[in-house]
Amino acid sequence: MDKEKFLQNVLEQFEETDASQIKMQTEFLNLDEWDSLIALSVIAMIDDEYGVKVTGDDIRNSKTIEDIFKIVESKV
Amino acid sequence: MALLNIQNVSIRGVSAALPKNVEYVKDYHLFSENEAKKFSASTGIYERRLANKTTTASDLCFDATEKLLDNLKWGRKDIDCLIFVTQTPDYVLPSTSCILQNRLNLSKEAVVFDISLGCSGWIYGLMTISNLLNTGTFKKGLLLVGDTITKTCSFEDKSTYPLFGDAGTATALEFDENSMGLKFHLSADGSGADAIHIPHGGYRYQTSKKSFQNEIFGNGITRKPLNLALEGMNVFSFGISKAPQSIKKLIDHFGINFDAVNYFIFHQANFFMNEKIRKKLKIPEDKVPYTLSEYGNTSCATIPLTIVDRLAKNTLNSKLEIIACGFGVGLSWGSVWFNLDNIVCPEVIEI
Repeated sequence: MDKEKFLQNVLEQFEETDASQIKMQTEFLNLDEWDSLIALSVIAMIDDEYGVKVTGDDIRNSKTIEDIFKIVESKV
Repeated sequence: MALLNIQNVSIRGVSAALPKNVEYVKDYHLFSENEAKKFSASTGIYERRLANKTTTASDLCFDATEKLLDNLKWGRKDIDCLIFVTQTPDYVLPSTSCILQNRLNLSKEAVVFDISLGCSGWIYGLMTISNLLNTGTFKKGLLLVGDTITKTCSFEDKSTYPLFGDAGTATALEFDENSMGLKFHLSADGSGADAIHIPHGGYRYQTSKKSFQNEIFGNGITRKPLNLALEGMNVFSFGISKAPQSIKKLIDHFGINFDAVNYFIFHQANFFMNEKIRKKLKIPEDKVPYTLSEYGNTSCATIPLTIVDRLAKNTLNSKLEIIACGFGVGLSWGSVWFNLDNIVCPEVIEI
C-alpha cells in the first residue's frame, strides 16, 4: 500500500483544513475540523479505495493517520 | 444463500400513521445552532414525529390498518393471517399481534404472531407473510410494521435522540396466481449485535437498579442501560458494504433488469449513509426517494412509510417495479424486488 496515496485520500475528506497541516504523524483528534462526520468519510473512503471495513474501535484506537494506515494495511 | 422467489402473492395496499407531535432538530437542547445545521445537512433529518406517552406502535399500526381495510373494502373476517413486526411491543408478553387480532375484530381462526426486527423488519415480515400466502391456503394477509423507537432513546444522547421518529404502517397482501411475484435476499450477522442495542431489560441483563443509572460517555452522550445505544461508525461501515452487496446479489441471482426498476427504497438510516449506498450502486437520484427530512429514522417503518408518503400518487393508475433494502439492528439486512400494480395507498394518517 502506498503511504503517500493513503494520506492524499485522507486529505480529500477535509474541506477547511490546510493540506500542509496534515501529515502521517498528525494526531487527527487535534485538528479543529475533525468530527464524527469526517471519521465516517474516512471509513467510506477506505471502503471504496481499499475494500476494507474499519470499525469505530479502529478509529478510536488510532491517534495518527499512520495508525489508521497500519490498520488498513493489516486488513487488506 | 438466502435467495427466494415467491410467485403467487401481490401487494394490494400500503398505509401509514404518524403521531401529530413534531420535534425539530434545531430545537434540540444539546445542539448549538451550528451543530444542528451540520447534523441536518449530513443526516438529512430536520424534524421527526414523536408518539406521546400513551400511544404505542400497535396504536399507530391499528389506525393505519383500519384506514387501509376500509379503502380496500376488505372484510375483517376475510383476513387469514396477521404479522406484527416491532421492537417496541405493548407488553413483554403476550404477543401484540394477539391484541391486534381482537382490536381489529379479525377471525379467531386467523394466524397471528409477532416478529422482533428493526431496520430490516419490513423485508423479513414481507418474506414471512408471502410464504404463508403463497400456497393459496390463506388468501388475505396483513403485515403491520411499526415502532415507537423514540421511547427507547435517552433525551441526553445526541447520537440517538435527534435521529429517530415514530411511525406505524400496514401492508395488505393477497394470494394471486397472476402475480409478478416477490424476490428476496436475506442475511444476518450477530457478531455485530452490540452495534445497535438496549443492554438491559431483557433476560440476559434483567431490569435492576443499575438499569436506571445514567452513564456519562462524554461528547453529549449520557444514557441508561435501558436506553438504545448506537455505535454509529460500526453501523455506517456495515451499511455501506452490506446494503449494496445485498441488492447486487438480488439483481444478479434473479437477472433483474436494473434499469427497469422505477424506485429503490432504502431503509431511511441517514442521508450521508444512504447516499453512499446509492452512489455505490450508481442509481440515479430521482429513483431514490427520501422521507428523512420530515420523519427521521422510524426503525422498521421507514420503507412502507416512504412508499406511502412519496409514491402514493404514482401508484394510483400505474405499475411500478421496486427494489427495497433494509439494514441495521441485528445485524440483519435484506432486499426485495416487487411490483406495485394499481395498489390502494391512502394518504398518511396523523393521530
